[in-house]
Amino acid sequence: MEVKQISLFLENKKGRLWEAMDVLAKAKINIRALSIADTSDFGILRLIVPDPEKAKKVLTKSNFTVRENDVIAVGVSDKPGGLAGILKILTDADINVEYMYAFVEKSGQKAVVVLRTDSISHGKKALKKAGVAVLSPNKVYTL
Amino acid sequence: MIWDKEAECMRIEEREKLQLERLKATLKRVYKNVPYYKKRFDEIKVKPGDVKSLKDIKNLPFTTKTDLREGYPFGLFAVPRKEIVEVHTSSGTTGKPTVSGYTRKDIEIWGEVVARALTMCGATKVDIIQNGYGYGLFTGGLGVHYGAQRIGATVVPVSAGQTKRHLDIMQDFGSTILTCTPSYALYLTEAVVEAGINIKKLKLKAGCFGAEMWTDRMRDEIEKRFHLIALNIYGLTEIIGPGVAQECEQKNGLHICEDHFYPEVVSPETLEPLPEGEKGELVLTTLTRDGMPMIRFRTRDITTLRKERCKCGRTLVRMDRITGRTDDMLKIRGVLIFPSQIEKALLEVKGVEPHYQIIVTRPHHLDEVEVQVETSKKLFSDEVRHLEEVKKRIEKHIENSIGLRVKVTLVEPKTLPRSEGKAKRVIDKRQL
Repeated sequence: MEVKQISLFLENKKGRLWEAMDVLAKAKINIRALSIADTSDFGILRLIVPDPEKAKKVLTKSNFTVRENDVIAVGVSDKPGGLAGILKILTDADINVEYMYAFVEKSGQKAVVVLRTDSISHGKKALKKAGVAVLSPNKVYTL
Repeated sequence: MIWDKEAECMRIEEREKLQLERLKATLKRVYKNVPYYKKRFDEIKVKPGDVKSLKDIKNLPFTTKTDLREGYPFGLFAVPRKEIVEVHTSSGTTGKPTVSGYTRKDIEIWGEVVARALTMCGATKVDIIQNGYGYGLFTGGLGVHYGAQRIGATVVPVSAGQTKRHLDIMQDFGSTILTCTPSYALYLTEAVVEAGINIKKLKLKAGCFGAEMWTDRMRDEIEKRFHLIALNIYGLTEIIGPGVAQECEQKNGLHICEDHFYPEVVSPETLEPLPEGEKGELVLTTLTRDGMPMIRFRTRDITTLRKERCKCGRTLVRMDRITGRTDDMLKIRGVLIFPSQIEKALLEVKGVEPHYQIIVTRPHHLDEVEVQVETSKKLFSDEVRHLEEVKKRIEKHIENSIGLRVKVTLVEPKTLPRSEGKAKRVIDKRQL
C-alpha cells in the first residue's frame, strides 16, 4: 500500500482555495499536510488527508478536478542535514524528485517528508535499501 | 423515411420549373406590396418581369439584416398586418432584433419543412420528441413544435434550460428524440453522468441539433456519450426558422427545402454567385412565404452547395455544415480566421473537452488570442510540468493546423458558460 495524495486543479482566482478548503471542512476532513504549486494562471493543491477516497468524492462533487496518486512519505530526524541525507540517497540512485514538501510531526522529534519521484517504486526501494524509515499510509494519515 | 416524397425527390427539371414559377409570383407580389422592395428594385432599374430564368436572380438586389432593421418592426410585411398570425424576432445580439411575420399559410409551411427535417432524424407518429429549444420569440422552440405536431408525434415542450426537468422527462417519459442546441446536448450528457443516470436505460435514438455552429468532432462526442444519431438542422428567423435545411442519415450535408427556399452561394468579397462546390456566403430567397418574403437574404453563413445525388433518394441540394460566418470572421494580425478553425484544431488534441472560449485582445498594438480550455480529468496532473506540457501541446497543434500562435489557458471544468441558446465562443476585447 502506498500513501495516497489528493491533488486538485485551482484556477488563479480569488476565493478558490477557500472554496476547496470549505468543501473539506464541511465534510469534516482534517488535513495532515499540504503544498501548493503555483504558476501565473493556475495552481495545483496537493493534500495528504486521513480519508483520501472521501476527500476525492466530496471535491469531485463540488466540481473540482481531482486526482489521486501515490507518494512516498519518510520520517527524517528533525536536525540539520536530515533532508540532505534523504536526497543524497535518491541522487546516488539516479532518481529524480518531481516535487516534495515537509512537515514536522506533533511530537517534534521527526519531520515527515512527502516525495514524488518519477518512479514511486524505484524511489521507495532505494530509500528502504539505505535504511530510511518509509512510512505506511496508516501511519501518515494518523500523524 | 421521407416525409414528402413527391417534393423531396422531385425530378430536378421539374423542381426548377416550380422554383421559377414561385419566384416570379413572389417578385410580383413584393414589388406591389412592399415599398422597400419596390424602392430597391427601382433604384437599380429592375422589374419583376425581368427575371425570366432562375439564373436571372443574380440581377436582383440583396437584402441584409440592416435593411430589415430599417423596416423595423413591420416594414417588410407583404400582407396587411391583420393577416399576420404570429411574429418572431431574431436574438438581437448584434443590434435591434429583426422581426419575422407569418400568415397562417406560412405557419403551415413552416410545420411542413420541420416535419421533413424531423422525419430525416427518424421521427414518426409514435415518437416522443423532447424539445429543448427555447419557446418564445426565438423560432427554435415553436418551429420544432409545429413540425412535431404535423407528424403527429408526441412533443414535450420542455424549452431551453431546466436541466433537471430535462433529465427527469428523458427517463420518465422515455423520450426518443432530443432537439436542442448541440452545446446544450453536450451539457446534458455531462448532467446525465453527474446524476448517475444509466445512459443505456434511456430511449433516445436521435438528436436534431442546430441553431449554432458545431463540428463533426462534437457530433462524435454527443453520439458516443448519448448513444444516438446526431443530425444537423439549419434555419434562420429571417427566412422562416429551423427547417430551412436538415441532414439526413447519410450525414453528408444538409438538404435544403429548395422548393420553398432558393439557395445561392456568393463570394463574400465580390458578391458574385459562385459555381456549385465552391465555398462562400449562403444567400436565400423565399419562394412560398406570404407574410414576409425575403429576396436574396444574405445569411452571413459560410457553406458550399452540393448537387450530386444523395444516397437517401432526395434530390434536394445539400449544403455543407456551416463553417463560419462572414461577420464573425476574426482578423488576427491581418489574417482571416474563423473561430470554427480554432475549435477544430483544439478538439483534435486528445483529452480536450469541447468547452472553450476564445478571447482576443490587443495589449501592445498587437493582436493576441487566448484560448481558454477546461481542464478535464484526462488533462489534469499533479505535476506542473505535465500541465505546462498540455498547454504547449495544444498551442503547438493550433499553430500547426491554422498557422496562428495562441496562448492557451487552462481553466477549471464547468466554468466556461454553457449555452442554452447560442454559445458565445468568442470575446473580442480589442478596441479598434
